[in-house]
Amino acid sequence: MKPPRSRDLKRYPGFGAVTWACLVFLYGPLLVIALYSFNEIRSITVWGGFSLHWYAKAFNNELIQRSTWNSLVIALCAASMATTLATAAALAVIRHRRFRARETCIGIINLPLMVPEIVTAIASLVFFVLVGIPLGVGSIVLAHTVFCIPFAYLPISARLEGIEGYYEEAAGDLYADSRRAFRHVLLPMLMPGVLAGFMLAFIISLDDFIITNFVAGPGASTLPLAIYGLVRTGLTPEINAVSTLLLLVSVIFVILSCLLGRKRYPAGH
Amino acid sequence: MPSPATPPPRAASEHARARRRLKARALLLSPALLVICGLLVLPLCIIVVYSFLTPGTYGGVVWRFSTESYVQFLFERDLFDDTLAFSPAYLQIYWRSFIQALVATTACFLIGFPTAYYIATLPERKKYMWVLLITVPYWINLLIRTIAMLFLIRNEGPLNHALLFAGLVDAPLKIAYTNIGVGIGLIYTYLPFMVLPLYAAIERFDFRLVEAASDLYARRWTILRRVILPLAMPGVVAGSLLVFIPSLGAFIAPDLLGGGKNLMIGNLIALQFQGSRNWPFGSAAAVILMTIVLCALLVYVRQQSKARLRQLR
Repeated sequence: MKPPRSRDLKRYPGFGAVTWACLVFLYGPLLVIALYSFNEIRSITVWGGFSLHWYAKAFNNELIQRSTWNSLVIALCAASMATTLATAAALAVIRHRRFRARETCIGIINLPLMVPEIVTAIASLVFFVLVGIPLGVGSIVLAHTVFCIPFAYLPISARLEGIEGYYEEAAGDLYADSRRAFRHVLLPMLMPGVLAGFMLAFIISLDDFIITNFVAGPGASTLPLAIYGLVRTGLTPEINAVSTLLLLVSVIFVILSCLLGRKRYPAGH
Repeated sequence: MPSPATPPPRAASEHARARRRLKARALLLSPALLVICGLLVLPLCIIVVYSFLTPGTYGGVVWRFSTESYVQFLFERDLFDDTLAFSPAYLQIYWRSFIQALVATTACFLIGFPTAYYIATLPERKKYMWVLLITVPYWINLLIRTIAMLFLIRNEGPLNHALLFAGLVDAPLKIAYTNIGVGIGLIYTYLPFMVLPLYAAIERFDFRLVEAASDLYARRWTILRRVILPLAMPGVVAGSLLVFIPSLGAFIAPDLLGGGKNLMIGNLIALQFQGSRNWPFGSAAAVILMTIVLCALLVYVRQQSKARLRQLR
């Protein structure tokens, strides 16, 4: 009776329960807020029936409209730039296995993750003011690009690690120059990683509050800034509705990016 | 012995290729590095410089050297006779942040370890599902997650209503706008940061070691403490840092769940750039925070290299 005993050895009583509790803890508040966004009436004790009333109200809020537009433009610009920079950096770091400053380069790329966000935020603010870059959509895009680079870099470099060098060698043997080998062989294989990186960067930029809060200046507002402004005046079902929407966008993007990043090359492996 | 004036042709082409590779590498790497250095490293250096300047009357700085910001951190200057008196107000904020971050890290570990362990021992298919389930909240907007938590635990929130309705409490539990509320917010925010590295460490664990320990008459919890935990240590350290560092500088959780009363370092820094407008003092507070973070990271690096040494042996 050896197998059942060894299987038992791995299990600890209560660990499963903690895991489920953890799941409830992580998702409970989100489900509650989503549920109440559909409540017809403002009350949180009485269920007044299912309604999309608060969503309609949120959609018609001019501030929310404007900041959503801003958020999307900023996220698109910042994620595109960050993904381009991260892809180039990943190609250099992963494809050239050994060079002297390799570790330092990886460290610098990951630096934005290690600095507390509040410090990044005020440092960016001080820098923009000192250099004379006007605070607004442009400064937000710049600050987000920096912050998004490590997030885009992660899936791209992971993907690149998984692609063996002999694909390019084979292309070279078939008389493709290095540019064409990259364009027709490496890039298509790398694409899922690039897309995953872009999506993560997009989400990070779309969600950022702290850095944006400092470098936005008086004019430009993004969706998180608008939501924060609304929360300051009190929790309303309208906030629940906008939050639920933003939450859904994040969930969809992350699941897509996970699925994209998971597939190894060649497929079916 | 005549030395060849030019290297043999083969070596020359080799040399040229190496040069080409070097150039390609530099071309590919430099944009990302330049952007990060220009827009993050340089600003951080500027913050250090600013912390030694004199505050301007309406925000900004006057370019005159001063250590006043650091003095102000520990002492209060008397307005009349200019004497310094020790004032622990700011130290208290740092101490409170430290304790909050420590409590959050410990709590995350206590919840995160069993979770990570359980997931790591599941069959392959389920494992992936669970990792995804833990990962998704990490990517959901921090602000929205904190708002959701505030909505749930505030005095008139669904949680208190449910508790009152069930007759478990007589008056609504005051969780929001207290230190406990902030703590819950921090745990809620950073729990995935703990679970994922722990999972990665435990997943690599060779469970034959458990059998070996058991054959040597080790009891279950002894095995956990003396075999599994030490081998999962890199994950424990990584997870703890990933929770501790952002908790220490947290802004949103203390701002929304602390109701502005339970200030943490993040709020103190933010205030200097928004409300009271003392840029040098804000910069000094940020420099001190960065120093603490750097120390924590150094501990991590040392621990990692020690672990690597152990592996080599």
